[in-house]
Amino acid sequence: MGMDMTTKLRDFHQARWDEPIIFELTTPGERGVLVPEAPADVRRAGEKALAALPADMVRQEAPKLPEMGQMRVLKHYLRLSQENLGADLNIDIGQGTCTMKYSPKVNEILSRNSGIADIHPYQDESTVQGALEIVYELDRALRAISGMDAFSLQSGGGSQGLYAIISIIRAWVEHTGQLGRKDEIVTTIFSHPTNAAVAKLMGFRIITIYPGPDGRPDIEAFRAAVSDRTAALMITNPEDTGVYNHRIGEFTDLVHAHGGLCSYDQANLNGIIGVTRALESGFDLCFFNLHKTFSAPHGCGGPGSGVVGVRSSLRRFLPVPLVEKDEATGRYYLDYDLPNSVGKIKNFHGNIHAMLKALAWIRALGADGLREVARVAVLNNNYMFRNVLKIRGASAPYAPGEHRMEQVRYSWQTMKRETGVTTSDVQNRMFDFGVHYWTSHEPWVVPEPFTIEPTESYSKQELDEFLAITAEIAREAYETPEVVRSAPHRSTVHHIDHSYFDDEKKWAITWRMYRKKFDDYFVAK
Amino acid sequence: MKTVGLIVNPIAGMGGSVGLKGTDGMSVLRQAIERGATPRSQSRTAVALAGLSPLRDVVRIVTFPGDMGENAARAAGFSPEVLLKDEIDPTTTTRNDTIRAAGAILRRGVDLLLFAGGDGTARDICGVVGTDVVSLGIPAGVKIHSAVFGCSPRESGDVARQFLEDPATATRASEVMDIDEELFREGSVQARLHGFLCVPYVRQRVQGLKAGSALSEESVQRTIAGYVVRELMEPETLYVIGPGTTTMALKDRLGLDGTLLGVDAALGGKMTGKDLTEARLLDLCDAYKRRKLVMTPIGGQGFLFGRGNQQISARVLRFFDPSDLLVLCTPAKLCALEGSPMLVDTGDPGIDAKYSGYIRCVTGNGQYAMYRVR
Amino acid sequence: MTTSGVVYPYIPNSVPEVQREMLDSIGAASVDELFERIPGDVRLHGPLDLPPPLLSEAELHRCFTRILAKNATTNENISFLGGGCWNHYVPAICDEINQRSEFLTAYAGEPYEDHGRFQALFEYTSMMAELVDMDVVNVPTYDGAQAAATSIRMCSRITGRRRVLVAANVHPETQAVIRNYCHPDLSPEVVPIDPKTGCVDRAALRRAVTGETAAVYVENPSFFGTIDASTGAIAEIVRGAGALFVVGTDPSSLGLLTPPSRRGADITCGDIQPLGMHQYFGGGRGGFIATRDDPKFIREYPSRLFGIAPTAKGEWGFGDVAWERTSFADREHAKEYVGTAAALWGITAGVYLALMGPKGMRELGEGVFMRCRYLMDRMAAVPGVTLPFAATPHFKEFVVCFDGTGKTVDSINAALRDRGIFGGFRTEVTGGRECALYSVTEVLTQRDMDTCVAALRDIVA
Repeated sequence: MGMDMTTKLRDFHQARWDEPIIFELTTPGERGVLVPEAPADVRRAGEKALAALPADMVRQEAPKLPEMGQMRVLKHYLRLSQENLGADLNIDIGQGTCTMKYSPKVNEILSRNSGIADIHPYQDESTVQGALEIVYELDRALRAISGMDAFSLQSGGGSQGLYAIISIIRAWVEHTGQLGRKDEIVTTIFSHPTNAAVAKLMGFRIITIYPGPDGRPDIEAFRAAVSDRTAALMITNPEDTGVYNHRIGEFTDLVHAHGGLCSYDQANLNGIIGVTRALESGFDLCFFNLHKTFSAPHGCGGPGSGVVGVRSSLRRFLPVPLVEKDEATGRYYLDYDLPNSVGKIKNFHGNIHAMLKALAWIRALGADGLREVARVAVLNNNYMFRNVLKIRGASAPYAPGEHRMEQVRYSWQTMKRETGVTTSDVQNRMFDFGVHYWTSHEPWVVPEPFTIEPTESYSKQELDEFLAITAEIAREAYETPEVVRSAPHRSTVHHIDHSYFDDEKKWAITWRMYRKKFDDYFVAK
Repeated sequence: MKTVGLIVNPIAGMGGSVGLKGTDGMSVLRQAIERGATPRSQSRTAVALAGLSPLRDVVRIVTFPGDMGENAARAAGFSPEVLLKDEIDPTTTTRNDTIRAAGAILRRGVDLLLFAGGDGTARDICGVVGTDVVSLGIPAGVKIHSAVFGCSPRESGDVARQFLEDPATATRASEVMDIDEELFREGSVQARLHGFLCVPYVRQRVQGLKAGSALSEESVQRTIAGYVVRELMEPETLYVIGPGTTTMALKDRLGLDGTLLGVDAALGGKMTGKDLTEARLLDLCDAYKRRKLVMTPIGGQGFLFGRGNQQISARVLRFFDPSDLLVLCTPAKLCALEGSPMLVDTGDPGIDAKYSGYIRCVTGNGQYAMYRVR
Repeated sequence: MTTSGVVYPYIPNSVPEVQREMLDSIGAASVDELFERIPGDVRLHGPLDLPPPLLSEAELHRCFTRILAKNATTNENISFLGGGCWNHYVPAICDEINQRSEFLTAYAGEPYEDHGRFQALFEYTSMMAELVDMDVVNVPTYDGAQAAATSIRMCSRITGRRRVLVAANVHPETQAVIRNYCHPDLSPEVVPIDPKTGCVDRAALRRAVTGETAAVYVENPSFFGTIDASTGAIAEIVRGAGALFVVGTDPSSLGLLTPPSRRGADITCGDIQPLGMHQYFGGGRGGFIATRDDPKFIREYPSRLFGIAPTAKGEWGFGDVAWERTSFADREHAKEYVGTAAALWGITAGVYLALMGPKGMRELGEGVFMRCRYLMDRMAAVPGVTLPFAATPHFKEFVVCFDGTGKTVDSINAALRDRGIFGGFRTEVTGGRECALYSVTEVLTQRDMDTCVAALRDIVA
């Protein structure tokens, strides 16, 4: 028998190397790697040209980079890595909405293959058939998963994917002669804030719907908001509350009745993959993050991939190029022939390594496996839901008695009122047990929020451990609140003085700024 | 060493327990005592001060004799500096003592002024210190409509501690509301906006990558004002602008010497009327054909009309249509309504009905919310 | 309980007994019951139309290894492909670090739990700041094109102006990204280049810059590899009009060439792919934006900026600087956005710069510069081949015109491919029809280049 994590909590301490800033490690003369020398003939041609360069074009002072032997560089970064907590190490279900799931290692091994790492985007199509096949096959799989007719895989992250969506909507408005008539986007407060941000960037007005008493977007407000000015609905479902909006068809119908488009933010598809699709809910565009549902790792915040699917009528607006297959020869090729393309969202073809990982994940699971992902993600979530609500001070607003989809937004409002302990305090204390926890983005529609999304990746035993940690912190909040308030206690560093981040005179965004402003340890010059 | 001013209203909250609505006025107080009321401001102050006790060695409390603060401070383990020792009799305190104490704090200078009481206490302190001293209320009174109190005494203590510990903590001007107790006891609610206190604003530092920059209330208000001026305001139109910090940002943006508490009017970027009464509003509305009304919901309950802006009466509102109404509100304030509608209570059911339904509320630069009004 | 009876290795709770136990705890009869709020008319009836699964890791590995084997790599061939994505050598430690689970699978942790990420990215921005000789560098955005587009929008916010000028020798894909990103409220116009030098036509620039111009964007080295000796003079024209000067640069050139900040740039931007990222079919990218320590600029960054701060126990602490960009908020609330972009590549570029050090970067710059000149000299001697901008100094890449050979770029490249060589890609240059952009990096040997030149002689003969 292993340790029973429901009764005994882990005696964790984050690694604490007290590692200097890399510039402090420099030893003049040391080398980390050597660069291939230019051969004699090359030098003869080159040195003459070098000498001919005007003096003001040649760098006079060498950049003040660190000088370190190879193993010292390795050691420095390995220590920093140990002072970081990735999904591979913790029960990463506290960052709800972000779908921190397992990124299979075999996919990492595959992505190191020279056949994907060492190919150039402008190689002749005949030499990159394997890469084009990956793009094409992923496109096909995503079509099956969404019901859409074409995908662009170019965007390098979620926000950029939403930006591609709004670019397409804008191009549609322009090319259908509706400029000046369709200038509004309708969204909801629980949809990702980037929806509104990118829509504003493209010159639209944004009308946001707040939740009704059941947590679903207030349909009467929605009816009041939609008009012939509505260019598009940008919405997510289920929203961050994990409540599924079963009237979604009425929303999309209403927008269509006013001649608008419907865009489905499915950055997180995890609770419904294989169960319901964008097509059946009446959407014209949809969007997935390959680094969420489709298992590509988050990499501390990128590289990721935000993919955009559209119905056939909108294909002509997609960024170029798309990958197509000549069925006669079986050859894959790049298709730049999209008459109203928005052009480029990102250089080249997007993040092929993320595409490879997503496709490999889909192929490892197949249709039944993907459905099982949704089933277990929802099962795990409802298991957590039941048990989190048993914890003193925790609650979950909206839709009482209903099952939730893949996540729940909870509230510590009761605990805060009764003990003064806030969700941010809980966050800092969670680190002491080696798990990650996030407080949700502003504005806080739900007070003192936290969002748990257990995905399909974590076992019941791990879920129980997470519950036990949460319950223990709640107990502390009521019995020894100082312990929570003064957390973290087992972290790499102690309380950080935040005044250094907002004061122009004190902030130091790089080491050179620090050296300019301070002597010794933060003694102002 | 930081200094914290402490003013306790010893009789706050006594009315509530015996069914009286507040203790403004000596006769009511006597009535309360006769009905067996017991003071609760001491215990509430004690809870809040417990939150500060870890800072005992680095915080000095400046307060007033006996139950006006000295007792509570000593009980929490502080050695307070006591002002007006010989001038205040803590056994028979009145409003006047609160006002004198606030004046003494203003002269003495403190990092933070904590006061225990209700809306009446907040109003008295506000009248003296305005937004010159960072202040925070410990809820101990019956009437708590003002946005200057913590949700609970414990939270007041926590916010105070955080403010003292973290110099980067923001502050914001928050409304001091008070209800006319005489009318309130007769069953009529007439909340007035009395002014603003500068209170610590403990906002989450949301580090999450997901959100983009989180903005302070002030900058969102400025953003809203900028958008309204750039893209919504029309020439040759009279703009009647209601009270509140959000609308004040608009008044500032227009370069008007506007009033925070009052209703002002502007035309073509120029002030046409300041701190207008109902009568003057009626005259103005009569004089201008094209007119618009710019409002922000007031106080925690989200009153659009009928509280804090009674100048804009049902008679004034008859000059406008809902399409003339521009409501400005930050998303945080909308969220704070927790799903309840904005309220209209002008005393005229016809006017109330006319302004009920769904309105577009400006929440940012080109950003709106579709929100319910009742 | 699972429809197929399979227990999936990635889904621990696909074990039927565990599911039963959890359902009991929830009080639900079946997993299906949990989905009851999804109405029938939006449900998918039947399985997804996907190929059969590759359930074992062995099958999966084999299938994908075979797909990847269909690609011909720049390791197996001699590659002269560049244009924003280059075959630089990636030191082993770069890959070792970016494949660490702790970095690879982390996301949005706080400074207390993810101290390592904050420090590594602070060090990255600090080393980039040394390289580009600026004070402030952002946590990487998506790529260099995004960095250029964002820099331009920052300038528009700072100056309150809306006209933007972009040099014609900027990478065409970057131009496309800028056009889309500035749409609809900014209008980028193209400034022509001098067809003799391949550098910005200063007379045309002088005519184009007005009091409405927010920013002038040039790249140096340019898409054609030309290095503009007159960057300082351009900066004076830009400054004279009260506009801001944005210079895109190739960081691998900066051990050798004077950084744009010393030649009048207000913002320096570019892509970090050359600093330790594999080419990844154009995927290994990250954008940097560098400015001076001027709040006017700092407050307009839409990206994250990490700062250093003291802690209660005298450690190095980190956090987000000017999280609330007030002036940014005031004028253009949510005008731009931040999100998952390229943090892991930022960490990697930091590792690269620490390994290379000042000497390595100098040697890299010189080695690339000299190889470029050597190959230009050799190519120019091939009959019928001309180099349009040969008199201008070049870094890393150059345009070759094959019009005199009577051959097309496509046919030449096909013949080169048969010899294991990836020739330069076809590119548009005024005055030439069959032109290609050739690129070199430090991994090319003299023999590689000689092999290519000999093959070309043979092909065009």
